[in-house]
This record gives sequence, structure tokens and C-alpha cells, in this order.
Amino acid sequence: MNVSYEWLRAFVPFDESAVRLRELITAHTATVDELVALREDLASIVIARVVEEAAHPNSDHLHVTKVDAGTGTLLDVVCGAPNVTAGKLYPFAMTGTVLPGGLKIQKRKIRGAISDGMLCSARELALGEEQDGIMELSVDVAPGTPFLSALPIGDVRLVIDVGANRPDLLSHLGVAREVAAITKKPFALPAIDGLNAVVPPAVTDEKTAKAGSVEVRVEDTDLVRRFMGVVIRGATIGPSPAWLVSRLESIGSRSINNVVDASNYVLHELGQPTHAFDLAKLEGSRVVVRRARAGERITTLDGTERTLRDNMIVIADAVRPQAVAGVMGGRDSEVTEFTTDIFLEVANFNPVRIRDARRALGLSSDASYRYERGVDLEIGPRALERVAQLIVLLAGGAIDGAPIDLAYDRPPATTVTLRPRRVATLLGETLGTDEIASFVASIGFDVDRANDDLRVTVPSWRGDVTSEVDLIEEVARLHGYDSFPVEIRPFRPGTTGDDPQWITSKAVREALVGAGLLEARPMPFVAGGEGFVHLSNPLSENEAYLRREILDSLARRAEYNLARMQGNVRLFEIGSIWIPRDGALPHEELRVAALVMGRRQPPHFTDPKSPDFEAWIAYDQWDAKALAQSTAEAAYPAARVTLRAAESKSESESASEGTLWDVLVDDVVTGSVRRVALDAPVWAATAYGVELSLGVLDSSQVAPPGEPAHRPFERPVPSVSRFVAVPSTPASEFDLALLVPDGVRGEQVEEVVRRVSGKLLERVELFDRYVGQGVEPGHRSLAWRLTFRHAERTLRDREIEARRTDILKALADELNVRQRSN
Amino acid sequence: MNLQDYIAQADALERDGSAALQGAADADALEAARIAFLGDRQGQVKTLQEALRAISKDDKPAAGKRFNEARTRLESLHAERKTSLDRATAPAAAEDRSLPARRQWRGAKHPVTLVIEEIEGIFRELGFTVAQGPQAETEWYNFGALNFPPNHPALDAHDTMYLEGEGLLRTHTSPVQMRTLQKYVPPIRVLIPGLVHRRDPFDASHAPSFEQIEGLCVDEGISFVDLKATLNRFAERLFGASRTRFRPSFFPFTEPSAEMDVQCGVCGGSGCATCKGTGWIEILGAGMVHPKVLEAAGIDSERYSGWAFGMGPARIAVSRYGIPDIRILYDSDVRFLEQIAE
Repeated sequence: MNVSYEWLRAFVPFDESAVRLRELITAHTATVDELVALREDLASIVIARVVEEAAHPNSDHLHVTKVDAGTGTLLDVVCGAPNVTAGKLYPFAMTGTVLPGGLKIQKRKIRGAISDGMLCSARELALGEEQDGIMELSVDVAPGTPFLSALPIGDVRLVIDVGANRPDLLSHLGVAREVAAITKKPFALPAIDGLNAVVPPAVTDEKTAKAGSVEVRVEDTDLVRRFMGVVIRGATIGPSPAWLVSRLESIGSRSINNVVDASNYVLHELGQPTHAFDLAKLEGSRVVVRRARAGERITTLDGTERTLRDNMIVIADAVRPQAVAGVMGGRDSEVTEFTTDIFLEVANFNPVRIRDARRALGLSSDASYRYERGVDLEIGPRALERVAQLIVLLAGGAIDGAPIDLAYDRPPATTVTLRPRRVATLLGETLGTDEIASFVASIGFDVDRANDDLRVTVPSWRGDVTSEVDLIEEVARLHGYDSFPVEIRPFRPGTTGDDPQWITSKAVREALVGAGLLEARPMPFVAGGEGFVHLSNPLSENEAYLRREILDSLARRAEYNLARMQGNVRLFEIGSIWIPRDGALPHEELRVAALVMGRRQPPHFTDPKSPDFEAWIAYDQWDAKALAQSTAEAAYPAARVTLRAAESKSESESASEGTLWDVLVDDVVTGSVRRVALDAPVWAATAYGVELSLGVLDSSQVAPPGEPAHRPFERPVPSVSRFVAVPSTPASEFDLALLVPDGVRGEQVEEVVRRVSGKLLERVELFDRYVGQGVEPGHRSLAWRLTFRHAERTLRDREIEARRTDILKALADELNVRQRSN
Repeated sequence: MNLQDYIAQADALERDGSAALQGAADADALEAARIAFLGDRQGQVKTLQEALRAISKDDKPAAGKRFNEARTRLESLHAERKTSLDRATAPAAAEDRSLPARRQWRGAKHPVTLVIEEIEGIFRELGFTVAQGPQAETEWYNFGALNFPPNHPALDAHDTMYLEGEGLLRTHTSPVQMRTLQKYVPPIRVLIPGLVHRRDPFDASHAPSFEQIEGLCVDEGISFVDLKATLNRFAERLFGASRTRFRPSFFPFTEPSAEMDVQCGVCGGSGCATCKGTGWIEILGAGMVHPKVLEAAGIDSERYSGWAFGMGPARIAVSRYGIPDIRILYDSDVRFLEQIAE
């Protein structure tokens, strides 16, 4: 909302500067986003007095003058204007000044006479078109006074961020009302000289009446809350006077012609949109407010042809729509230089319908913006009178007959009880009842005392105030939010603890960061398809679905890095995934995923220089397996984490993509480890991914609207490890180098080893795997180191030897695993 | 010579040689041992090699294998001992300790996480715990319960992404307020960080999915002074700001509503490009919980009152770390993610 400082001053006689006004409005009413100094291009123009004037010796039209610009010395200035007169004041541009047109004033010789500066005409200052010489000023100021401070030309525009609840602030009247309350000054509608046309009282009816000879009909009273109109005949369309042009310019609006400007002026002054139709263009001299017919077309003022829907409102004549009601007028009935008779519409449309039409047409206007938010139902008559008077004043003509006022059913005024006790409770500071009453009254509310409480009647322009708490906000802001103390008062701790998934997420994040990974936060949208949650209104068709897996997002991020020649990628994310469910919100799950590829540590000068090492240093499946294991252990500290090799469907699949392991948490599949297929350049290493569920995010209704379902907060049971004495007896170790047939898994061998060894076995570690020369085809050589220990005594050799024999026997019998002989 | 004798000789040679090489106390002793065992002319290895000629043709492969093993072992023992003696006797100054350490990759939390954690830490000191909720939400939790009138321009700021079939992506973290109020009995003091989604084009200052962090406090007798004091403390801790300012604002779910600014840290309040000349930086929206919101959760709004706030940690991250374009936060370039670690 653009507001002019000078325009506000025409309402309220305040003394505050624009900067101070900005602070006050921001502190008490709505934020002023910006102050725009208007005509800053004239800031360096000063007022100067011509002290001497004589004809130029070498010219028949130039004058040589001595000018006092307040600099202490008289300046020699050559001037070509016929009206330059000694003793008069003129705007003056000193040498070095840049004029609005871009001309830089330089000291130079004109036909042999020095000219140091320039006396300016109105046109040179972009103040008008008159060309009869330099601008003679009838002000009483000292030479050297800045031009802008001496004349009412400068202005400051305040750009106010008005909340959706405060349509009353979408006018100078509304802002002035607040400024008057804040500065404790009176406020009144600005007087306009010569505004005296008499507008007769309106004829009221429900649906139809005649304004002059024009029949006006509202087909459906659901469309409008009030519809007023008046006919003016014999107007002459022409330019607006300077004061009106400059008022409109001060708020960033362009002058069009006297009739349209009158309508715009009142829109910004009172907040009531109005529209002037060229009566000659209205077929049958009729005005009908009706629903649009589906498919009906209209070319709006902006020259665009628009197809209407039947939920939009139109102002039509006997035949066709002439305006999209509340949004934009039609071009056919636009007021032009040929117009003489006018039908002026002053309406109050149903806000929801205007909102629908604006959205459907993608067409927002000053009018639709105000209608959507709600225009004061009581301002109509005043706005009609003011626009009609302005038109008669500026364009001549006369009001034809009485205005009409249709479909208006004044709603009962809202009355709200305001308890000073409640104000104190909610705001935390006790304010006096009189003070509270005066705050509320200062912005137009009627206040009655009722015992200890106040009965407050809400004015028609404050539809947002419907309950006590709304009034408490008025009290708080008029008192000033900054006036309340900053004082931490005693409080009770809450009844809840941290969400368990939050705790889990933190543990997982710490573990992965500790492992050298980088946390990413990509967007959750993917290309998707069948089986994905589809957005009805996606931002782009390429990303119209919600991901089912976090690795999907991380894979795209890895590709982003590869495209930037970054091959060492190690990303993780903790976030949501969604699976569609019929007739319900999607299943939403919190997950962690990690993607690693490339070197597992930065290069170092001690690194062996061998092809083997180059291969070894890249992340491989065993790193991914470890990452999955440690992540799952961090996420589920009390549970048993196992990784089960996934069945690979074929050799070729397992070589490129697919699941390598399932992650089991207490025997439930909770995640997986896999190779990740990427759109990758040839130099890129294989990418490995881990994805793990951290639990479901419950989106079911907690309780029906308006009801609680209070429950105790369930605190997660912490898992605590128990102390085990550190061994003080020596361990016995031996190695088992075994020939393991293909098809027998390492974990099966370990299982047999553990079972046969019994509880003296402390550790089983695989330390070598070998395939190739010296190993029978169809087998591989795996070597384990077994560590045995008794907690209280040293083990005897034969105890160990007996176990070795038993293990080998069991392995041979059960798994056909033999000891490797060479 | 038969094979057995030859292998016995090789065993003896390997044993003696190993002892001599490994036992060499200095470079001279090592060189003497090398000449004795590995010398080209009269070294014992050479002698053993020559003895191979006297082995029968059938036994030669086995004998040759044993010879090679012995020689390889002695050669490698020599190299090993030489390296270790060299290292021991090299002058200390020869070690260039300016060379880089052998480091591991550095992991890092996301910059937005760092901001969230810092905010979390501050509110934890003030008795807040963390609550969470789903991102796919119902219309009621996202709007209806929070006093958004249907078809109201207040919805314009929440350009919503709808799910085909059922529900929407939450446009703010406030649905978790409602879920928390329905689930747990006051006093409630919770902080709600989470991802929210709005149908904003992805540009330098907007992301369609971005983080929000929200706080909610509900109990008997909670007032606007509590709101101001708590948020002021927060601002002091996060920004070291000496001054804050509260302005009237509008949110359907709070009344009165406010926005909090902190004094611009760049210019100290005198006005600069960062604060667009105002001297203030907008940090968060807040307000007293609207009675209709409490009532939507079945809480008696005469007995209980509360306050809530919400802010964007990504915006704070962008200004704190001097990131010129918000998309950088979400692109996940590893070089960027490595940069910002605390």
C-alpha cells in the first residue's frame, strides 16, 4: 500500500517527519517497508534572487544577470527567458547540478558573457509543460533555500505492508485514522476547493431502481453486499489539474483523464473502488449485475480478451458484459475523450467471488485487492458523493436524478465485551480501564462502561474485530509493543520430553559426521511415476512426485557433483519419504541414507604408488556395509543389528546395481546396502548407498477437532551396557586356514566355530581371503584367527588342541570345509 | 649330493644368514654379513647355487625351489635391516615435519542444522523440548485448526502443494502445535524444527522446501510479557543483539501478532544495505496463541494462554555465513558442504 506523506498531512495536522512517521506507523499499526523520497532529482535546486538584469550586449534576446543564490557572492548568469526580472525569485541550478532531464550545468561563455549556473523553467524541472519562461516564485524565503523545502513539490511515499486482516488500512483515510490516534491529533477529510455539487439522497431498493433514466438491476443479491450508482451527463473529458496529477503520482499512479483520475483519487483516499462507464456504450441504457455466463467473452481495459466462468460477476448492459465486476472494466465502455455521459458504479462485491475471479483470470487490480479483503460497507455513499462532485468539478456536467442504492441490508453492529482483567492477564501488564477505553475509542470504536468491563461497538470498517482478543491486540499495539517490560517471569517446565525420533536423528547425524560424511538437505521431489505420491500442483512436471527413498535424492546430488568434476562424494541426509495409500494420507517415514563414492580418505604423500592401492583406496562394498552397521547401531543402540546378504538375481545385476545386504534390526528388515546406479562419467567410481528407516511419522488424527486426547509422554528407555571385568589371564590363539566350497557362506563357518568352541571363545576374526593359484576350483581360502580365554586361569595346550580338532571335524561334516594343506 | 642333504644345507644357510643379517649392529657389520652370504663371488648363497649342478635331474625342481626361497628371504632381510639402520642413523634434521598430516575426510553437519542446533540449545536452557510431526498433513491440521478462514487472502502467503487424493504438504510447522496440544496436557514448552513446503519457484531467495523452527508455550497465566522476554533472551544469545523491536503483524493463529527485529549487526542500527536502511533485521513472527487454536485442541482458553513463534533457520544461515544464493544450501556441492563446519 502506497501512502503519500503530504496526503496524510492533509488529513491530520501532525508535525512528525516522514522518518519519524515511519517509526510510529511501524511500531503501532503496520510495517512501513520503505520510504521513497519523491522528486529527489530536484534536491540540489535552490531558490535564487535575480539582483541585476541587463540585455546581453551580443544578443537580441539574451539577458545577463547577477544572481544571489545564497553563496555569499553574486553569480553571473546568462538567461534567455523573456520574463527574467530583477528582484524576483526563481529556481536556480548551480554549476555542477544535474537537471531531471540529465543535463549537467556547466560554467561556460555564452556569446562572450560568463554564465555560472542556470535559472530554470518549470519544464526544465519536469514540473509541467508551460514554456512562457522561467518559473517565477511567489514565496518569501532567503536565497539559497532548497527548492523542495520551500514549495509543496517534494513528497515522501510510505510503502506499508498491510496484513490480510486490515483492509481498512488500504486507504489514506484508514492510515490517517491511525496516525491521528498515534499522534493524538484530530483528523478530517481534506477539503478540495470548489467541491460543491449537490448529490441528492439515494433511492434504495432491494434489486432494481432507476438512476436518472438508467435502469439498474441486481440479478442475484448474493453477488453484492451493496450496489450504488449515479448518472452524470454533459461532462467534458480532459486532463486533470496539477494537484490531482501530483497526488496520483505521489502514490505511483499515472494520470489518465479527469474522470478516471477522480475515481482513482477516491479509491486511494477512501478505499472504495468505483468505476465510470461511458453511458453511450451501454446497450439499452441498462446496467445489470449478474453472474457471467460460462464462455462469455470480454476485452478488459488492459486490451486482453478474457473468457469468463459462471462463478464470476459481471456488470452488463442489456446485451453483453461491460466489466468483470470488482476486477477490471471493459474496454468497450471505457471513458474516452468522446464520452459525455457517465454511469458511475460504487459497489461492494462478495469478497470470495472476487477472489475466485482474480485467481481464475490471473488478473489483480487495486479494486480486486480491496474487494477480496473487504471494503467498508458504510463508505459507499460518501465515496459516491465525492467522486460525483469531483467529476462535476473537473469535467463539468450535472448529476442526473438521484443515485440508487441496491441490495444493501445493513448488518447489525458487532458488540464485544472487553474485560480489563483479561487485558492484564494476556498482556502481562495492568493498564487502567480509562486508558484501555481511550485506546479503543481513538480508532473509531464506540465504548460504553458496563460495571468493570467495557462494551465496545465495532465500526463498519473493522470487520476483522469479532472477539475480545482482537480488541486486546488493538490495546497492545496502541500502547506499543515496545512499552511492555522485558522480564523473564517464573515458568513451569513442560510435560513432554524430546521426540524420540529427534534423539535418534541426532545420534545418527553425529555418527555419520564422525565418519567423515557431509549432511545434505535436498528437495524431496523426484521424477517418480507409478507407486509414488503425486502432487496435484507440482512446481515442475519433472519433479511432480514425492520420493520413496532418500537415496533417490542423494543420487541426483551425486550426479550434480560429478557434473562439477567432484568424484569423491560422501553425502547423507535424514528426512522423510512417502508411500501412497488409498484414501488416506501417504505413509510417511523418517529415514537416513548415505551415499559414498571415490576415495575413502584424502590423498597423502606416504600413500603407496601402486595400482592395487589405487583400487583399494576407493570406497567399496565393505565400507558401505560398515557404514550401514554403524549407522544402525547409532540409531538403535539397544537392538541387535545384523546384515544379511541379499539374494542376487543374476551376476550382471549384482555387478551394477541392486541390494547387497539387508539391514536387520532385531531380525526385522529396516534398511539396505546397495550399489547405486548413476548417470555418471566414465571416470566416476562405483557409488554405494545405505538407506535405513528411523521409524514412521504418524499422521493420523490425534483426536477429533475441538477435543484433546491427552496421554502421558512416553520417555524412551535408555539402553545401558553392563560392566564386564577386563581379562587378566593370557589368551590362546590359533589360526584356521580353510578351504570353503562356493555356496558355503563365511557366516555359516563362523556359526559352527562359535557353537563348537563354546564359551571360552573370545573372538573370531577373518584375516585373509584368497582365490587363485593353489586353491581348488570351486573353493576359496578363508583364514580366521581364533582367540580363546578363560576368565580365571591359563588355558592348557590340549584344551585348545581338542577344540581345534572338534572344530575341524564339525566343519568337515557339516559344511564340507577342510583345512588348507599348503 | 642328494636332495635331502641339499635342503639341509639350504636350511642351515637360511638360518645362519638370517641371524647374521638381522643381528648386524651397524652398517659395516651388515655389509660384512652381506658379502659373506649374498656376495657375488664368495657368498654362501652363490656357493649353494653352484651346488645345484650336482643335483640329479629329477630332484632339481624341488632343490631349485628351496634355493630360491632361501635366497629371496635373505635378500629381503638385508633390505629390511638396511632400511631400519638407515632410518636409525639418519640425522634428525633430515625429517621434513612441514609435510602434511595424514588426515581423514572431514564430515560436516549442514549449515542449516548448525543454526537449528544453536537455536535448540538456547531454548533448551529455557525449558523447551523438541516435538516433531509429519510433513504430509490434513487441511485441518495445516489450516482449519489454526484459524485460517477458508478463501481468505491470508492463504495467499501459503501457496500450498496438494497431494493427489488426500492431504497436502504442510506449509508451516504449526500443525505440530495442534498435534502437541491435543496429545499432551499443559504446561507445554516445545520447539518444532522441520521441513515445510510452499509452491514458490526455486530462486536466489526462495526454496520450495525449506526449514522452519517454531516454538510454543502454553500454560496458565502466560502473557505477552513472557513472549517478549523469552524471545529477547533468545535474540541476545543468538545474535548478541543489544536491542530488539516488536512490531504489530498478522497471523491467523495468533492474536496479538508481532514480528521481532534485531538491531542490524552490520551497521549497529544506523542503516546500511544489509538492513535496507532501516537499522533492523527481521527475524521472526510471533504472537499470543489465538483462543480458537486452543479451543480446536479442546483446551479451555479462559484458563490457559500461550505464545508461539516461527522463523526460518535457512535465512539465518544465509546471512550468518554470507551465502549469496539460498539454492547453494540445497545443491549439496561437496566443496560447499565441507566449507562450513563448526
